[in-house]
Amino acid sequence: MFIVLHRRFFFWVTGALLAAAIAAIGFWGLPLGIDFTGGSLTQVAYPSGRPVLGAVKEQVATLQFGSVSVRASGEDAVTIRSRSLTPEEHTLLLSVLSTQASTTELAFTSVGPALGSQFAYKALWALGAVVLAIVLYIAWAFRKVSRPVPSWGYGLTVVAMLAIDIIVPTGFFAAYAHFTGAEVDSLFIVALLALLGYVVNDIIVVFDRVREHLRNNEKFGTKEPFETTVGKSISETMARSINTALTVVLALSALIILGAPATRNFALVMLVGVVAGTFSSICRSAPLLIPLAKWFSKK
Amino acid sequence: MTRYRVWAAGVLLAGVLLGYFVSGTEMNPESRYRFKLGLDLAGGTELVYKADMSETPAGERADALAALQGVIDRRVNLFGVAEPLVQTERASALSGTTEDRLIVDLPGVTDIDAAVAALGATPTLEFKLATTTHSTGSGQATAGTTTSMVFATTGLTGRYLASATLQFGSGATAGLAAPQILINFNSEGATLFEKLTTEHVGETLAIFLDGEPISTPVIQEAIPGGTAVISGQFTAIEARDLVRNLNFGALPVPITLQSSSAVGPTLGAAAIAAGVTAALVGFAIIALFMVGWYRLPGVIAVVALAEYLLLMLALIKFVPVTLTASGIAGLIITLGMAVDANVLIFERTKEELRAGKSPREAVAVGFARAWTAIRDGHLTMIISGAILFWLGTSIVQGFALVFVLGVLASFISAVSVSRVYLLALVPEARTSLWHLLLGSGVRNP
Repeated sequence: MFIVLHRRFFFWVTGALLAAAIAAIGFWGLPLGIDFTGGSLTQVAYPSGRPVLGAVKEQVATLQFGSVSVRASGEDAVTIRSRSLTPEEHTLLLSVLSTQASTTELAFTSVGPALGSQFAYKALWALGAVVLAIVLYIAWAFRKVSRPVPSWGYGLTVVAMLAIDIIVPTGFFAAYAHFTGAEVDSLFIVALLALLGYVVNDIIVVFDRVREHLRNNEKFGTKEPFETTVGKSISETMARSINTALTVVLALSALIILGAPATRNFALVMLVGVVAGTFSSICRSAPLLIPLAKWFSKK
Repeated sequence: MTRYRVWAAGVLLAGVLLGYFVSGTEMNPESRYRFKLGLDLAGGTELVYKADMSETPAGERADALAALQGVIDRRVNLFGVAEPLVQTERASALSGTTEDRLIVDLPGVTDIDAAVAALGATPTLEFKLATTTHSTGSGQATAGTTTSMVFATTGLTGRYLASATLQFGSGATAGLAAPQILINFNSEGATLFEKLTTEHVGETLAIFLDGEPISTPVIQEAIPGGTAVISGQFTAIEARDLVRNLNFGALPVPITLQSSSAVGPTLGAAAIAAGVTAALVGFAIIALFMVGWYRLPGVIAVVALAEYLLLMLALIKFVPVTLTASGIAGLIITLGMAVDANVLIFERTKEELRAGKSPREAVAVGFARAWTAIRDGHLTMIISGAILFWLGTSIVQGFALVFVLGVLASFISAVSVSRVYLLALVPEARTSLWHLLLGSGVRNP
């Protein structure tokens, strides 16, 4: 009941989180990786020790590839981002880099600008389509529940929660990227998509409990304020929400600490999203039903 | 109860068999069920080409794309790579313009430039009609007007090529044996060529190689039989290479390299090792938590989760799904889902136990009550996964495929495996020992 009674407080916390996330995105922006903008990423290791980044930068500058960024990656490697390179330019770059010290090329990716913008377009389509399908399914799954909130109200609440749970980790990533130089890549989109799945599942569990109580109340003719029903549902599902989140957080922590560098950013975004999503499903998804119920009963 | 014990023994046996399949096929280097690793994990090169279909009639595009795939396939095989993969992809109509792409995967190849050069050397051959010149005079007039010529496509391309041979003939410059290339069309091409030469006598039929006109002869008369001669300004060596490349496959449509990526073997190996360690440690921590908190059901959940993982690995091997970094991410998320289904059931069972039901009844009711939440949660995820697979680009699809398989496996694992085990073990009797075993938390409820 605690959460339902203090729901205004939690709505304010949500608002503050959302504002911080949007501010972070607006202020620092989201640095798009070559998957979106097109360009080349060359990763080269220096087995005998990495030279000073400035020196590498000067070497690359002699090739005049336009604006080029050189960043340290791992223990002995550098990542060079440039415009999309042709195979000849790529060979040239490698030969310039290995003039001073011996190098091994770890990875090279080149994405044409056309393909890049298409990827972004497709990713947005996929996100939108998934959200729409979720609303429709939930509206259908809760079709027998009509009072005090119609079934599509549950669907819309879930979508509102999803929007928040996508924006908060994105805001976190904007701040994280600003300080570490990380970029939005395909795996970031995959992380957001995975989060969608996780959060929907989490909210459905709470809503399912509300649905069950409403059905039982109707069956046994129990009169109960909607707030009590929601409060009961939240406290009954809280142990499950926290325990599930805990196991996922444990698995993700293992991935962050022990996993490959390629999946580290992915796991970090997921971790923030899962924590925010759990907060979402416990403290605001079901409480949001109460003002909705009041609004519908007024009509 | 006996019935459930028989079932439980069966489920356990199935788990052991799955484990045997997964480890057995992995130990045997000859097995065709070994894990297929994506290029990002195993190392290799991926090249994405765009096929320029602007001059191919809409109805023939699918055919042309298939022909293109065949030609590149031959080229790649010549390159000497183990298990290369050449795929075509039509960019979905949702992204505005349709685009035909060719994706070439070369596992183990890290010299991206050599690969591009080897594939790119394949020439495109086209025959085009000059539309502006209707010179009725002798064939010489064309030489002076090439700059102002506009060429129209005829539909006759390298697609219809049967073979090319090198010959030395005496051309206009008598005495010197100039290298010439004799083109043999297939029957379809021969018909086209004959029709073309019949209808356009006196016009210039230019031969384009890689977009450049290399020869602009004038049609003197209808040519039946399906052979044509290209007499450009070649040296003997150039002509020989050209014949070889044409025979390896003239590309039916021109292609341009759109994106390329190469991952070195060290990076991939490190990613696999780190991924496996993270997965094992993550699983061990989850197992400890589940057993510590949920006691007997926790132990059962760990067994069910282990069987879930084995089922997933077996499916990945059997389908087969190519494992990529995003696919492994999908696997980890679905592991979370599988844990969640178990947690839902146990929490529910505990509630029923508290409400005063007997242990066995509590288990049965707990499953029934948790069912709607599990059903709705899993179904929304399957829907999302299916949409992602349908709309996504390859990296998203890699995730979506594992995700959908994982959600299905989690469904089976939670609803049947854990349930059968619990019902096989939990007795009817209401003893404090069973209350302790089925309870949760650090203290006895």
